[in-house]
Amino acid sequence: MRELDTRDITQAVSRLCIEATRYLPADVLTALQAAEVAEVSPLGKRILGKIVENAQIARDEGMPLCQDTGITVVFLEVGQDVHLTGGGLTDAVNEGVRRGYADGLLRKSVVDHPFSARLNTQDNTPAVIHTEIVPGDRLKITVMPKGGGCENMSYFQMLTPAAGRAGAIDFIVNCVDRSGANPCPPVIVGVGVGGSADKAMALAKHALLRPVGAPNPDADTAELEHELLARINALGIGPIGVGGTTTALAVHVETFPCHIASLPVAVNLQCHSARTKSVEL
Amino acid sequence: MPSVKPIMAPLTDDLVRELRVGDEVEISGEVYVARDAAHKRFAAALDKGEALPFEIRDQVLYYMGPTPAPEGRPIGSAGPTTAGRIDPYTPRLLALGLRGMIGKGNRSPAVREAMQTYHAVYFVAIGGAGALLARYITASEVVAYAELGAEAVRRLRVAQFPAIVANDMYGGDLFESGKQQYRRTIPERAEA
Repeated sequence: MRELDTRDITQAVSRLCIEATRYLPADVLTALQAAEVAEVSPLGKRILGKIVENAQIARDEGMPLCQDTGITVVFLEVGQDVHLTGGGLTDAVNEGVRRGYADGLLRKSVVDHPFSARLNTQDNTPAVIHTEIVPGDRLKITVMPKGGGCENMSYFQMLTPAAGRAGAIDFIVNCVDRSGANPCPPVIVGVGVGGSADKAMALAKHALLRPVGAPNPDADTAELEHELLARINALGIGPIGVGGTTTALAVHVETFPCHIASLPVAVNLQCHSARTKSVEL
Repeated sequence: MPSVKPIMAPLTDDLVRELRVGDEVEISGEVYVARDAAHKRFAAALDKGEALPFEIRDQVLYYMGPTPAPEGRPIGSAGPTTAGRIDPYTPRLLALGLRGMIGKGNRSPAVREAMQTYHAVYFVAIGGAGALLARYITASEVVAYAELGAEAVRRLRVAQFPAIVANDMYGGDLFESGKQQYRRTIPERAEA
């Protein structure tokens, strides 16, 4: 059993919020630079160049990459041999968000009640927290500030088993098509197939944590990702939606076994400002 | 690189007549900032027969909610938000003389139609490039609804702010035409 003070978690979350919103991960930057070279549309190419330049400015000037510093999605992988001391885990994470968004001059984009008063909570709390208990005595924290523009472009459908692979492809491609320019393409397409309704959407979100373009280890799933990417980039939507051959940087599909009656498919889009940052305590 | 048109805001009817879908522009002058919550208040004010907090005729609205300004700078990160969410409020403002809008993403058929009726233009700016776009904003002042924080109405001074004409007053739509130009049909099973 290893003891871990939740105040260390607060400090880590605070730092991750600031770093995630300023520093675009290297794999995302590399994917954008490759897309800039490959893009056929001259306008699309210039836009991708500006997106790369934006990442450099944000890093050099300590400015948020995007003014939408998101709702804060926090993934916790808690080793089962970790004993937390010094206060509640949820409180510790939210205190970290509070401090990070204040100290980092990040935008507070969370309202208290979704359909009623919609008063801003003023500190970007509460975070959306996903906790998983894993073997070991470490605690891994991943912060994903998720923008509203791309999160709004989320979809779920219970397909019939008869619809199968082809039905899933049609649904996923159509989701990206009808999202058009709204999710700030080029996007990363997170897809969850299988499980239950809630599981499928969680898989779609988790799929976004994979390094950009890293294929699913399962060969069939990797082939599906490859086919989906080709279909999506043939839509013509292009960078920021003004036309082009780069609508998605990658498609990441995660799967899970499901009920004999079901074929759940969830889609969660990630804008090109694909911000995540992790630490292991 | 194609030529970039320098334009001044507020706009004029003559200028809007000259702009075509796909034109790359650099906007200088004064623009107002409002997003979802501010538009809801605009609508409430108009419903009660009250005036908007500023004269909207010929103005440009930038759909944006910035991050807090760092010490010594006029504004924080400041890129566009999704214009489609503002669509329900927009035809009414166009009827009052709103001349231009800056945002990201597609507009509704009702907004595009009103832009033709009232002669207005919609510019798309690069969503997610908030650090870059902040460089073209030289001054920022909250002019209404300060309690809305990041959603308050602001007046900005902009200098050579880069944008692209996405919808013109002739019914053109860059999202539609750009997509058609690069859309391809591919076989069911992609070649590896």
